[in-house]
Amino acid sequence: MKPAAFDYVRPEHLDEALDVLRQEGGDARIIAGGQSLMAMLNMRLARPRTLIDIMRLPGLARIDAKADSITVGAGVRQATLLAWPDLSRSLQLIALALPWTGHAQTRSRGTVCGSIAHADPSAELPLVLQALGGEVHLRSAKRRRRVAAKDFFTGMMATARLDEELIEAVSFPAAQTRCAFREVARRHGDFAIVAAAVVKTAAGVRLAIGGVADMPVTRDFPSLEGSALEDALNAFAYELDARDDVHATARYRRDLVRMIGRDLVQEVMQ
Amino acid sequence: MSRLQAGGRHPVRFSLNGKPCAGDAEPRLLLTDFLRHQIGMTGVHVGCEHGVCGACTVSIDGSPARACLTLVAQVEGCEVRTVESLAPSAGRLGILQAAFKRNHALQCGFCTPGILMSLDCFLRDHPRPDEAAIRDFLSGHLCRCTGYTPIVRAALEAAAEIAGDVSREKSDA
Repeated sequence: MKPAAFDYVRPEHLDEALDVLRQEGGDARIIAGGQSLMAMLNMRLARPRTLIDIMRLPGLARIDAKADSITVGAGVRQATLLAWPDLSRSLQLIALALPWTGHAQTRSRGTVCGSIAHADPSAELPLVLQALGGEVHLRSAKRRRRVAAKDFFTGMMATARLDEELIEAVSFPAAQTRCAFREVARRHGDFAIVAAAVVKTAAGVRLAIGGVADMPVTRDFPSLEGSALEDALNAFAYELDARDDVHATARYRRDLVRMIGRDLVQEVMQ
Repeated sequence: MSRLQAGGRHPVRFSLNGKPCAGDAEPRLLLTDFLRHQIGMTGVHVGCEHGVCGACTVSIDGSPARACLTLVAQVEGCEVRTVESLAPSAGRLGILQAAFKRNHALQCGFCTPGILMSLDCFLRDHPRPDEAAIRDFLSGHLCRCTGYTPIVRAALEAAAEIAGDVSREKSDA
């Protein structure tokens, strides 16, 4: 339960970090708060040759609120975003979901972008990024690009980020809309058995489910009620291809998707 | 840019319990192991080593954090506090520690240092917490002895005492 040996690099400028990534690619890993990566290192599920600590880079720990979007830099810790005074007004869904991310003792170190980079299928922040239709700002020594949340997550802990890229920030649309969030876990702060977010859209609602498929999955529904809603949720629950594991059976997960989905849809449609 | 080579030992400096602390460490050395084996702060307990149990929780720059999910290299220049900082002097207990003792909030004591450090940070930021807030905060710690009830009671008592609602000095006399 100790990490394998690695070089530890502490760049002073972003360009230096990007340079190391360009030279070492997949053998190097970015470490920010370390609340996911350190556990992987301790268990030797990850064995990078080089760790690049980005927490001392200037300018990355910024929350930038604009009229149409809120951008959260790679150095912003989860506790910092949770304590941001404008959070519930500007990003209500994050205000609802973030208290479920880990525990106070891990949110104090863990970063918002780090959780999205880690892309755990049961994590709340990737789910919220999907539900709100946010963007991931990627940067390499050569170029910058933005990837929509729906294209960023590609599978179990897998993303569209290239080896020479790092996540510089993530952004969430600032549009105010009704939303709701609920999660079922064995203990508050444990990995979600099912996490669900619902956002009202022009045509109806968008439902995002985490903890069931190998990544968070969203689905847009028109305004439905009664048995039509139940049928649509049931079909969605089966499409997620739930598996049995030590925490819950596939059937229990489908039950939760149907039940929580219905409750949350009704909550935002009221 | 500094690069600490794998395998080599590199100097690290930070503040530990209010005093300067320096040592040499490999890049991969965890804060838990540095504090226990190099400094002798054995109040930092090692439970699961992947951030779940909370036994290794220390204060880093005033916030509770898992020492097992932190490299000692990451705390360069930071302020770290461990359970050894809580007692005001040898042979005396801090307010929170005394409340734990009165309420039997520990049995085997393995989880206790982590919980004390967490609560010490929490009570500083939340001077009058209710039971629900304390229980929510304690969800980041595993205790297999007490069932948590005496821990919650001790935390509430300590909070009241710190806030000046009761004087333990008088009621114990």
